[in-house]
Amino acid sequence: MQNRAFILKLFSAFALCFAWEIAGRVPVSYAFPTFLESMSALMQMTADGRLFEAYAETLRPLIIGIAISAVVGIIVGLWVGLSQFFDWLFSPIFIVMQAAPLAALIPLLVLAYGIGLTSKVIVVCIMAMPVIVLNTSGAVKNTPESLKEMGISFLASRLSVISRIIIPAASPVIFAGLRLGISAGFIGAILAELKITPTGVGDIITYSRSIADYPSMYAAIFSIIVLSVLFLNLLDKVETLLFKGNERGYVSD
Amino acid sequence: MSQIKNVDEDLQNLEKPIAVSVDNISKNYGNVEALKDMSLKFPKGELTSLLGPSGCGKTTLLKIIAGLLEPSAGTVMVNNKRVTGPGTDRAFVFQDFALMPWASVLKNVSFGLEMRGVEKTEREGIAQNYIKEVGLQGFENSFPHELSGGMRQRVGLARALAVDADVLLMDEPFSAVDEQTRRKFQEDLLQLVESKNKTFIFVTHSIEEAVYVSDQIAILLPRPSRVSKIIRPSNFRAKGVDAIRRDSEYLDIVDDIWTSLRSYVE
Repeated sequence: MQNRAFILKLFSAFALCFAWEIAGRVPVSYAFPTFLESMSALMQMTADGRLFEAYAETLRPLIIGIAISAVVGIIVGLWVGLSQFFDWLFSPIFIVMQAAPLAALIPLLVLAYGIGLTSKVIVVCIMAMPVIVLNTSGAVKNTPESLKEMGISFLASRLSVISRIIIPAASPVIFAGLRLGISAGFIGAILAELKITPTGVGDIITYSRSIADYPSMYAAIFSIIVLSVLFLNLLDKVETLLFKGNERGYVSD
Repeated sequence: MSQIKNVDEDLQNLEKPIAVSVDNISKNYGNVEALKDMSLKFPKGELTSLLGPSGCGKTTLLKIIAGLLEPSAGTVMVNNKRVTGPGTDRAFVFQDFALMPWASVLKNVSFGLEMRGVEKTEREGIAQNYIKEVGLQGFENSFPHELSGGMRQRVGLARALAVDADVLLMDEPFSAVDEQTRRKFQEDLLQLVESKNKTFIFVTHSIEEAVYVSDQIAILLPRPSRVSKIIRPSNFRAKGVDAIRRDSEYLDIVDDIWTSLRSYVE
Protein backbone atom coordinates (compact mmCIF):
# COMPACT_ATOMS: atom_id res chain seq x y z
CA MET A 1 0.00 0.00 0.00
CA GLN A 2 2.79 2.39 0.97
CA ASN A 3 4.49 1.60 -2.29
CA ARG A 4 1.36 2.18 -4.28
CA ALA A 5 0.79 5.57 -2.66
CA PHE A 6 4.34 6.54 -3.56
CA ILE A 7 3.93 5.40 -7.16
CA LEU A 8 0.70 7.37 -7.44
CA LYS A 9 2.38 10.51 -6.11
CA LEU A 10 5.21 10.05 -8.58
CA PHE A 11 2.72 9.54 -11.39
CA SER A 12 0.83 12.68 -10.46
CA ALA A 13 4.05 14.71 -10.41
CA PHE A 14 5.01 13.25 -13.78
CA ALA A 15 1.59 14.07 -15.27
CA LEU A 16 1.92 17.67 -14.08
CA CYS A 17 5.41 18.07 -15.61
CA PHE A 18 4.19 16.49 -18.83
CA ALA A 19 1.24 18.90 -19.04
CA TRP A 20 3.64 21.77 -18.38
CA GLU A 21 5.92 20.60 -21.18
CA ILE A 22 2.99 20.37 -23.64
CA ALA A 23 1.65 23.78 -22.59
CA GLY A 24 5.12 25.26 -23.08
CA ARG A 25 5.48 23.71 -26.54
CA VAL A 26 2.03 24.81 -27.81
CA PRO A 27 2.97 27.58 -26.65
CA VAL A 28 0.35 29.02 -24.34
CA SER A 29 2.28 32.29 -24.27
CA TYR A 30 5.76 33.37 -25.33
CA ALA A 31 6.39 34.19 -21.70
CA PHE A 32 5.70 30.56 -20.70
CA PRO A 33 8.72 28.27 -21.14
CA THR A 34 8.58 24.48 -21.43
CA PHE A 35 9.30 22.23 -18.48
CA LEU A 36 12.60 21.07 -19.94
CA GLU A 37 13.82 24.62 -20.63
CA SER A 38 12.99 25.58 -17.06
CA MET A 39 14.78 22.53 -15.72
CA SER A 40 17.91 23.24 -17.70
CA ALA A 41 17.83 26.84 -16.40
CA LEU A 42 17.49 25.39 -12.91
CA MET A 43 20.50 23.12 -13.50
CA GLN A 44 22.52 26.05 -14.71
CA MET A 45 21.59 28.19 -11.73
CA THR A 46 22.47 25.35 -9.41
CA ALA A 47 25.76 24.75 -11.19
CA ASP A 48 26.96 28.36 -11.07
CA GLY A 49 25.87 28.69 -7.43
CA ARG A 50 23.38 31.48 -8.06
CA LEU A 51 20.52 29.44 -6.61
CA PHE A 52 22.36 28.76 -3.34
CA GLU A 53 23.26 32.41 -2.91
CA ALA A 54 19.65 33.34 -3.51
CA TYR A 55 18.35 30.82 -0.99
CA ALA A 56 20.85 31.90 1.63
CA GLU A 57 19.19 35.30 1.34
CA THR A 58 15.56 34.11 1.11
CA LEU A 59 15.69 31.45 3.80
CA ARG A 60 16.75 33.93 6.46
CA PRO A 61 13.47 35.85 6.80
CA LEU A 62 11.57 32.68 5.95
CA ILE A 63 13.05 30.52 8.70
CA ILE A 64 13.07 33.28 11.31
CA GLY A 65 9.48 34.18 10.43
CA ILE A 66 8.23 30.61 10.46
CA ALA A 67 10.02 29.82 13.72
CA ILE A 68 8.50 32.88 15.40
CA SER A 69 5.07 32.13 13.93
CA ALA A 70 5.15 28.50 15.03
CA VAL A 71 6.36 29.12 18.58
CA VAL A 72 4.39 32.29 19.30
CA GLY A 73 1.41 31.07 17.28
CA ILE A 74 1.07 27.81 19.18
CA ILE A 75 1.59 29.44 22.59
CA VAL A 76 -0.89 32.24 21.89
CA GLY A 77 -3.27 29.71 20.34
CA LEU A 78 -3.17 27.54 23.47
CA TRP A 79 -3.76 30.57 25.60
CA VAL A 80 -6.66 31.79 23.51
CA GLY A 81 -8.14 28.29 23.49
CA LEU A 82 -7.86 27.85 27.24
CA SER A 83 -9.12 31.20 28.42
CA GLN A 84 -12.19 33.09 27.36
CA PHE A 85 -10.51 36.33 28.34
CA PHE A 86 -7.57 35.87 26.00
CA ASP A 87 -9.97 34.71 23.34
CA TRP A 88 -11.68 38.10 23.47
CA LEU A 89 -8.38 39.91 23.71
CA PHE A 90 -6.43 38.24 20.91
CA SER A 91 -8.77 36.52 18.47
CA PRO A 92 -9.89 39.72 16.71
CA ILE A 93 -6.26 40.69 16.04
CA PHE A 94 -5.54 37.45 14.22
CA ILE A 95 -8.82 37.41 12.35
CA VAL A 96 -8.05 40.94 11.08
CA MET A 97 -4.47 39.88 10.28
CA GLN A 98 -5.73 36.96 8.24
CA ALA A 99 -8.25 39.04 6.34
CA ALA A 100 -5.95 42.01 5.69
CA PRO A 101 -4.80 42.61 2.09
CA LEU A 102 -1.12 42.20 2.89
CA ALA A 103 0.33 43.47 -0.39
CA ALA A 104 -1.41 46.78 0.14
CA LEU A 105 -0.06 47.08 3.68
CA ILE A 106 3.59 46.46 2.77
CA PRO A 107 4.34 50.16 2.10
CA LEU A 108 3.20 50.90 5.65
CA LEU A 109 5.51 48.21 7.04
CA VAL A 110 8.42 49.60 5.03
CA LEU A 111 7.65 53.04 6.40
CA ALA A 112 7.72 51.72 9.94
CA TYR A 113 10.48 49.11 9.81
CA GLY A 114 12.57 49.97 6.77
CA ILE A 115 13.53 47.70 3.93
CA GLY A 116 15.66 45.27 5.89
CA LEU A 117 15.20 41.88 7.41
CA THR A 118 12.65 43.08 10.01
CA SER A 119 10.01 44.01 7.47
CA LYS A 120 10.42 40.73 5.63
CA VAL A 121 10.16 38.69 8.80
CA ILE A 122 7.00 40.59 9.70
CA VAL A 123 5.50 39.84 6.30
CA VAL A 124 6.20 36.13 6.78
CA CYS A 125 4.68 36.27 10.27
CA ILE A 126 1.55 38.08 9.12
CA MET A 127 1.04 35.39 6.51
CA ALA A 128 1.84 32.40 8.72
CA MET A 129 0.76 33.25 12.25
CA PRO A 130 -3.02 33.82 12.09
CA VAL A 131 -3.85 30.40 10.71
CA ILE A 132 -1.57 28.73 13.28
CA VAL A 133 -3.16 30.67 16.16
CA LEU A 134 -6.72 30.16 14.97
CA ASN A 135 -6.25 26.43 14.32
CA THR A 136 -4.53 25.86 17.64
CA SER A 137 -7.15 27.72 19.65
CA GLY A 138 -9.98 26.01 17.79
CA ALA A 139 -8.47 22.59 18.41
CA VAL A 140 -7.93 23.32 22.10
CA LYS A 141 -11.53 24.46 22.50
CA ASN A 142 -12.73 21.27 20.84
CA THR A 143 -10.86 18.83 23.09
CA PRO A 144 -13.39 16.06 23.84
CA GLU A 145 -15.00 16.88 27.18
CA SER A 146 -14.83 13.29 28.42
CA LEU A 147 -11.04 13.16 27.89
CA LYS A 148 -10.61 16.26 30.04
CA GLU A 149 -12.94 14.81 32.67
CA MET A 150 -10.95 11.60 32.53
CA GLY A 151 -7.76 13.50 33.29
CA ILE A 152 -9.35 15.44 36.14
CA SER A 153 -11.01 12.39 37.69
CA PHE A 154 -7.70 10.51 37.63
CA LEU A 155 -6.13 13.40 39.55
CA ALA A 156 -4.13 15.06 36.79
CA SER A 157 -3.04 18.58 37.69
CA ARG A 158 -4.14 21.50 35.51
CA LEU A 159 -0.71 21.45 33.87
CA SER A 160 -0.86 17.70 33.23
CA VAL A 161 -4.31 18.01 31.71
CA ILE A 162 -2.90 20.59 29.30
CA SER A 163 0.33 18.79 28.45
CA ARG A 164 -0.88 15.20 28.54
CA ILE A 165 -4.41 15.52 27.19
CA ILE A 166 -5.28 18.85 25.59
CA ILE A 167 -2.11 19.29 23.52
CA PRO A 168 -1.94 15.70 22.20
CA ALA A 169 -5.67 15.77 21.47
CA ALA A 170 -5.31 19.06 19.63
CA SER A 171 -2.12 18.06 17.82
CA PRO A 172 -3.67 16.88 14.53
CA VAL A 173 -5.37 20.23 14.03
CA ILE A 174 -2.35 22.13 15.34
CA PHE A 175 -0.25 20.37 12.73
CA ALA A 176 -2.83 21.12 10.06
CA GLY A 177 -2.48 24.77 11.07
CA LEU A 178 1.30 24.53 10.92
CA ARG A 179 1.11 23.09 7.42
CA LEU A 180 -1.14 25.90 6.22
CA GLY A 181 0.91 28.49 8.09
CA ILE A 182 4.21 27.30 6.66
CA SER A 183 2.96 27.29 3.08
CA ALA A 184 1.58 30.78 3.67
CA GLY A 185 4.99 31.73 5.10
CA PHE A 186 6.70 30.63 1.89
CA ILE A 187 4.32 32.81 -0.08
CA GLY A 188 5.00 35.65 2.34
CA ALA A 189 8.78 35.35 1.97
CA ILE A 190 8.58 35.61 -1.82
CA LEU A 191 5.99 38.38 -1.61
CA ALA A 192 8.31 40.34 0.68
CA GLU A 193 11.17 39.99 -1.81
CA LEU A 194 9.00 41.07 -4.69
CA LYS A 195 7.42 44.03 -2.89
CA ILE A 196 10.06 45.33 -0.48
CA THR A 197 13.55 44.86 -1.94
CA PRO A 198 14.42 42.34 -4.61
CA THR A 199 16.80 39.93 -2.92
CA GLY A 200 17.28 36.17 -3.05
CA VAL A 201 14.79 34.13 -4.99
CA GLY A 202 12.55 37.17 -5.40
CA ASP A 203 15.47 38.90 -7.12
CA ILE A 204 15.92 35.99 -9.57
CA ILE A 205 12.21 36.16 -10.38
CA THR A 206 12.14 39.96 -10.87
CA TYR A 207 15.45 40.18 -12.72
CA SER A 208 14.76 37.22 -15.05
CA ARG A 209 11.39 38.66 -15.93
CA SER A 210 12.84 42.07 -16.69
CA ILE A 211 15.34 40.59 -19.15
CA ALA A 212 12.73 38.14 -20.53
CA ASP A 213 14.68 35.10 -19.31
CA TYR A 214 11.48 33.24 -18.56
CA PRO A 215 13.01 29.77 -18.04
CA SER A 216 15.07 31.12 -15.13
CA MET A 217 12.05 32.85 -13.66
CA TYR A 218 9.96 29.69 -13.72
CA ALA A 219 12.91 27.63 -12.47
CA ALA A 220 13.05 29.86 -9.39
CA ILE A 221 9.31 29.54 -8.80
CA PHE A 222 9.53 25.78 -9.30
CA SER A 223 12.38 25.49 -6.80
CA ILE A 224 10.46 27.30 -4.07
CA ILE A 225 7.44 25.03 -4.59
CA VAL A 226 9.63 21.91 -4.34
CA LEU A 227 11.27 23.24 -1.19
CA SER A 228 7.90 23.98 0.39
CA VAL A 229 6.57 20.49 -0.46
CA LEU A 230 9.68 18.86 1.00
CA PHE A 231 9.33 20.93 4.14
CA LEU A 232 5.69 19.97 4.58
CA ASN A 233 6.56 16.28 4.13
CA LEU A 234 9.19 16.62 6.82
CA LEU A 235 6.54 18.12 9.11
CA ASP A 236 4.30 15.10 8.46
CA LYS A 237 7.12 12.80 9.53
CA VAL A 238 7.65 14.80 12.72
CA GLU A 239 3.96 14.54 13.53
CA THR A 240 3.85 10.77 13.08
CA LEU A 241 6.95 10.45 15.20
CA LEU A 242 5.51 12.55 18.03
CA PHE A 243 1.91 11.33 18.11
CA LYS A 244 1.76 7.79 16.89
CA GLY A 245 -1.85 6.79 17.52
CA ASN A 246 -3.24 9.96 15.97
CA GLU A 247 -3.49 8.78 12.39
CA ARG A 248 -6.79 7.09 13.06
CA GLY A 249 -8.58 9.78 15.06
CA TYR A 250 -10.67 9.38 18.17
CA VAL A 251 -11.98 6.03 19.24
CA SER A 252 -14.99 7.60 20.86
CA ASP A 253 -16.22 9.32 17.71
CA MET B 1 -44.55 -5.93 46.29
CA SER B 2 -42.54 -7.42 49.07
CA GLN B 3 -39.04 -6.60 47.80
CA ILE B 4 -39.87 -2.95 47.24
CA LYS B 5 -39.65 -0.92 50.39
CA ASN B 6 -40.39 2.60 51.25
CA VAL B 7 -37.50 5.01 50.61
CA ASP B 8 -37.10 6.53 54.05
CA GLU B 9 -37.52 3.33 55.92
CA ASP B 10 -34.98 1.61 53.72
CA LEU B 11 -32.37 4.30 53.94
CA GLN B 12 -32.49 4.43 57.68
CA ASN B 13 -32.54 0.73 58.36
CA LEU B 14 -29.49 -0.45 56.46
CA GLU B 15 -27.26 -2.53 58.64
CA LYS B 16 -24.33 -2.44 56.26
CA PRO B 17 -21.65 0.26 56.63
CA ILE B 18 -22.09 3.14 54.22
CA ALA B 19 -19.31 3.91 51.72
CA VAL B 20 -20.84 6.86 49.95
CA SER B 21 -23.49 9.11 51.34
CA VAL B 22 -25.25 11.82 49.37
CA ASP B 23 -27.07 14.34 51.54
CA ASN B 24 -29.57 16.90 50.28
CA ILE B 25 -27.75 17.51 47.03
CA SER B 26 -29.10 20.17 44.69
CA LYS B 27 -27.62 21.20 41.37
CA ASN B 28 -28.83 24.14 39.34
CA TYR B 29 -27.77 25.21 35.89
CA GLY B 30 -28.95 28.79 35.82
CA ASN B 31 -32.66 28.49 36.38
CA VAL B 32 -32.80 24.80 35.56
CA GLU B 33 -32.89 22.48 38.52
CA ALA B 34 -31.00 19.34 37.51
CA LEU B 35 -31.12 17.83 40.98
CA LYS B 36 -33.25 18.90 43.90
CA ASP B 37 -32.59 17.96 47.49
CA MET B 38 -31.48 14.43 46.74
CA SER B 39 -30.29 12.03 49.43
CA LEU B 40 -29.02 8.54 48.90
CA LYS B 41 -26.79 6.05 50.68
CA PHE B 42 -24.50 3.54 49.03
CA PRO B 43 -23.59 0.51 51.17
CA LYS B 44 -19.98 -0.65 51.19
CA GLY B 45 -19.03 -3.56 48.95
CA GLU B 46 -22.30 -3.43 47.02
CA LEU B 47 -23.31 -2.39 43.56
CA THR B 48 -25.95 0.33 43.46
CA SER B 49 -27.57 1.26 40.18
CA LEU B 50 -28.95 4.67 39.40
CA LEU B 51 -31.80 4.01 37.02
CA GLY B 52 -34.23 6.40 35.44
CA PRO B 53 -35.51 8.00 32.27
CA SER B 54 -33.24 10.44 30.48
CA GLY B 55 -33.13 13.84 32.14
CA CYS B 56 -33.53 12.46 35.63
CA GLY B 57 -30.06 13.63 36.64
CA LYS B 58 -28.39 10.26 37.14
CA THR B 59 -25.19 11.19 35.32
CA THR B 60 -25.15 14.59 37.04
CA LEU B 61 -25.36 12.86 40.41
CA LEU B 62 -22.55 10.48 39.45
CA LYS B 63 -20.32 13.36 38.37
CA ILE B 64 -21.02 15.19 41.62
CA ILE B 65 -19.96 12.08 43.55
CA ALA B 66 -16.86 11.91 41.34
CA GLY B 67 -16.04 15.51 42.22
CA LEU B 68 -16.21 16.55 38.57
CA LEU B 69 -19.20 18.79 39.21
CA GLU B 70 -19.82 20.93 42.22
CA PRO B 71 -23.26 20.70 43.83
CA SER B 72 -25.17 23.92 44.36
CA ALA B 73 -26.11 22.70 47.82
CA GLY B 74 -25.65 19.63 49.98
CA THR B 75 -22.73 17.32 50.70
CA VAL B 76 -21.26 14.08 49.46
CA MET B 77 -19.34 11.94 51.92
CA VAL B 78 -17.03 9.12 50.80
CA ASN B 79 -15.77 6.97 53.66
CA ASN B 80 -16.88 9.75 56.01
CA LYS B 81 -14.79 12.34 54.25
CA ARG B 82 -16.43 15.23 52.50
CA VAL B 83 -15.94 15.34 48.73
CA THR B 84 -14.49 18.60 47.46
CA GLY B 85 -13.07 17.30 44.18
CA PRO B 86 -11.73 14.13 42.59
CA GLY B 87 -9.83 11.89 45.00
CA THR B 88 -7.84 8.71 45.31
CA ASP B 89 -10.85 6.94 46.82
CA ARG B 90 -12.85 7.07 43.58
CA ALA B 91 -12.26 5.97 39.99
CA PHE B 92 -14.44 6.62 36.97
CA VAL B 93 -15.42 4.47 34.01
CA PHE B 94 -16.70 6.53 31.08
CA GLN B 95 -19.55 5.89 28.73
CA ASP B 96 -17.45 6.75 25.67
CA PHE B 97 -14.37 5.01 27.17
CA ALA B 98 -12.33 8.29 27.16
CA LEU B 99 -9.17 6.54 26.04
CA MET B 100 -6.27 8.59 24.78
CA PRO B 101 -5.99 7.64 21.09
CA TRP B 102 -2.31 8.55 20.94
CA ALA B 103 -1.34 6.25 23.80
CA SER B 104 -0.97 2.48 23.91
CA VAL B 105 -3.20 0.27 26.06
CA LEU B 106 -0.44 0.05 28.65
CA LYS B 107 -0.04 3.83 28.79
CA ASN B 108 -3.80 4.32 29.00
CA VAL B 109 -4.19 1.84 31.84
CA SER B 110 -1.26 3.24 33.81
CA PHE B 111 -2.36 6.87 33.34
CA GLY B 112 -4.11 7.11 36.71
CA LEU B 113 -1.08 5.65 38.48
CA GLU B 114 1.23 8.02 36.65
CA MET B 115 -0.85 10.99 37.83
CA ARG B 116 -0.60 9.63 41.37
CA GLY B 117 3.18 9.71 41.02
CA VAL B 118 3.81 5.97 40.87
CA GLU B 119 7.22 5.25 39.40
CA LYS B 120 7.38 3.86 35.85
CA THR B 121 8.38 0.21 36.24
CA GLU B 122 6.05 -0.21 39.19
CA ARG B 123 3.04 1.33 37.50
CA GLU B 124 3.59 -0.65 34.33
CA GLY B 125 3.77 -3.83 36.37
CA ILE B 126 0.48 -3.01 38.07
CA ALA B 127 -1.12 -2.01 34.76
CA GLN B 128 0.12 -5.25 33.21
CA ASN B 129 -1.69 -7.25 35.91
CA TYR B 130 -4.98 -5.48 35.40
CA ILE B 131 -4.73 -5.74 31.63
CA LYS B 132 -4.41 -9.47 32.17
CA GLU B 133 -7.30 -9.47 34.61
CA VAL B 134 -9.70 -7.89 32.13
CA GLY B 135 -8.56 -10.34 29.48
CA LEU B 136 -6.47 -8.12 27.25
CA GLN B 137 -3.15 -9.85 27.63
CA GLY B 138 -1.08 -9.43 24.48
CA PHE B 139 -2.69 -6.09 23.59
CA GLU B 140 -0.49 -3.97 25.86
CA ASN B 141 1.14 -2.18 22.95
CA SER B 142 -1.95 -1.87 20.77
CA PHE B 143 -3.57 1.49 20.21
CA PRO B 144 -7.23 2.09 21.04
CA HIS B 145 -8.26 2.30 17.38
CA GLU B 146 -7.00 -1.23 16.88
CA LEU B 147 -9.43 -2.62 19.47
CA SER B 148 -13.13 -3.43 19.27
CA GLY B 149 -15.66 -1.43 21.30
CA GLY B 150 -15.84 -4.08 23.99
CA MET B 151 -12.09 -4.30 24.30
CA ARG B 152 -11.85 -0.51 24.59
CA GLN B 153 -14.19 -0.52 27.55
CA ARG B 154 -12.09 -3.28 29.11
CA VAL B 155 -9.16 -0.87 28.88
CA GLY B 156 -11.30 1.78 30.59
CA LEU B 157 -12.19 -0.72 33.30
CA ALA B 158 -8.56 -1.79 33.79
CA ARG B 159 -7.57 1.88 34.14
CA ALA B 160 -10.17 2.37 36.86
CA LEU B 161 -9.20 -0.84 38.66
CA ALA B 162 -5.48 -0.09 38.46
CA VAL B 163 -5.68 2.88 40.82
CA ASP B 164 -7.28 0.62 43.43
CA ALA B 165 -9.93 3.08 44.55
CA ASP B 166 -12.60 2.04 47.06
CA VAL B 167 -15.43 3.34 44.94
CA LEU B 168 -15.91 2.67 41.24
CA LEU B 169 -18.18 5.09 39.43
CA MET B 170 -19.51 3.76 36.15
CA ASP B 171 -21.40 6.01 33.76
CA GLU B 172 -23.43 3.80 31.43
CA PRO B 173 -20.28 1.81 30.82
CA PHE B 174 -21.85 -0.82 28.59
CA SER B 175 -24.19 1.34 26.54
CA ALA B 176 -21.71 1.76 23.70
CA VAL B 177 -20.92 -1.94 23.27
CA ASP B 178 -22.93 -4.55 21.43
CA GLU B 179 -25.55 -6.74 23.10
CA GLN B 180 -23.50 -9.93 23.33
CA THR B 181 -20.45 -8.16 24.70
CA ARG B 182 -22.73 -6.36 27.14
CA ARG B 183 -24.03 -9.65 28.53
CA LYS B 184 -20.50 -10.89 29.03
CA PHE B 185 -19.60 -7.63 30.72
CA GLN B 186 -22.57 -7.93 33.07
CA GLU B 187 -21.50 -11.42 34.11
CA ASP B 188 -17.92 -10.23 34.60
CA LEU B 189 -19.17 -7.30 36.64
CA LEU B 190 -21.01 -9.62 39.04
CA GLN B 191 -17.78 -11.51 39.55
CA LEU B 192 -15.90 -8.30 40.09
CA VAL B 193 -18.34 -7.11 42.77
CA GLU B 194 -18.03 -10.51 44.40
CA SER B 195 -14.25 -10.73 44.36
CA LYS B 196 -13.20 -7.14 45.07
CA ASN B 197 -14.27 -5.44 48.19
CA LYS B 198 -15.28 -2.30 46.35
CA THR B 199 -18.36 -0.16 46.19
CA PHE B 200 -19.82 0.23 42.71
CA ILE B 201 -22.11 3.03 41.60
CA PHE B 202 -23.53 2.19 38.25
CA VAL B 203 -25.56 4.48 36.01
CA THR B 204 -27.70 2.78 33.41
CA HIS B 205 -30.87 3.29 31.44
CA SER B 206 -31.45 -0.43 30.94
CA ILE B 207 -33.93 -1.86 33.44
CA GLU B 208 -32.83 -5.45 32.80
CA GLU B 209 -29.20 -4.54 33.23
CA ALA B 210 -29.86 -2.71 36.50
CA VAL B 211 -31.82 -5.59 37.98
CA TYR B 212 -29.29 -8.12 36.74
CA VAL B 213 -26.18 -6.55 38.27
CA SER B 214 -27.40 -4.60 41.30
CA ASP B 215 -27.56 -5.23 45.02
CA GLN B 216 -29.59 -2.06 45.25
CA ILE B 217 -31.43 -0.09 42.59
CA ALA B 218 -32.27 3.57 43.04
CA ILE B 219 -35.06 4.70 40.74
CA LEU B 220 -34.70 8.36 39.86
CA LEU B 221 -37.51 10.38 38.38
CA PRO B 222 -37.28 13.74 36.60
CA ARG B 223 -39.00 17.10 36.98
CA PRO B 224 -38.10 17.66 39.71
CA SER B 225 -35.33 15.08 39.98
CA ARG B 226 -35.81 12.86 42.96
CA VAL B 227 -35.24 9.35 44.25
CA SER B 228 -38.62 7.74 43.85
CA LYS B 229 -37.78 4.40 45.39
CA ILE B 230 -35.04 2.01 46.29
CA ILE B 231 -35.25 -1.65 45.47
CA ARG B 232 -33.14 -4.32 47.09
CA PRO B 233 -33.56 -7.65 45.35
CA SER B 234 -33.41 -10.47 47.87
CA ASN B 235 -31.37 -13.42 46.79
CA PHE B 236 -31.88 -14.51 43.21
CA ARG B 237 -28.24 -13.88 42.40
CA ALA B 238 -27.13 -16.64 44.70
CA LYS B 239 -28.70 -19.09 42.29
CA GLY B 240 -25.96 -18.52 39.71
CA VAL B 241 -25.59 -16.23 36.68
CA ASP B 242 -27.43 -18.58 34.35
CA ALA B 243 -30.56 -18.68 36.47
CA ILE B 244 -30.98 -14.96 37.09
CA ARG B 245 -32.87 -14.03 33.95
CA ARG B 246 -35.40 -16.83 34.53
CA ASP B 247 -35.98 -16.11 38.19
CA SER B 248 -39.50 -14.96 39.01
CA GLU B 249 -38.31 -12.25 41.39
CA TYR B 250 -36.02 -10.85 38.66
CA LEU B 251 -38.93 -10.76 36.22
CA ASP B 252 -41.27 -9.19 38.77
CA ILE B 253 -38.84 -6.42 39.59
CA VAL B 254 -38.19 -5.64 35.92
CA ASP B 255 -41.93 -5.47 35.33
CA ASP B 256 -42.54 -3.37 38.37
CA ILE B 257 -39.86 -0.83 37.45
CA TRP B 258 -41.24 -0.51 33.96
CA THR B 259 -44.72 0.11 35.34
CA SER B 260 -43.43 2.91 37.49
CA LEU B 261 -41.31 4.48 34.75
CA ARG B 262 -43.68 4.09 31.84
CA SER B 263 -45.52 7.36 32.35
CA TYR B 264 -42.24 9.33 32.38
CA VAL B 265 -41.00 8.10 29.02
CA GLU B 266 -42.10 10.22 26.10
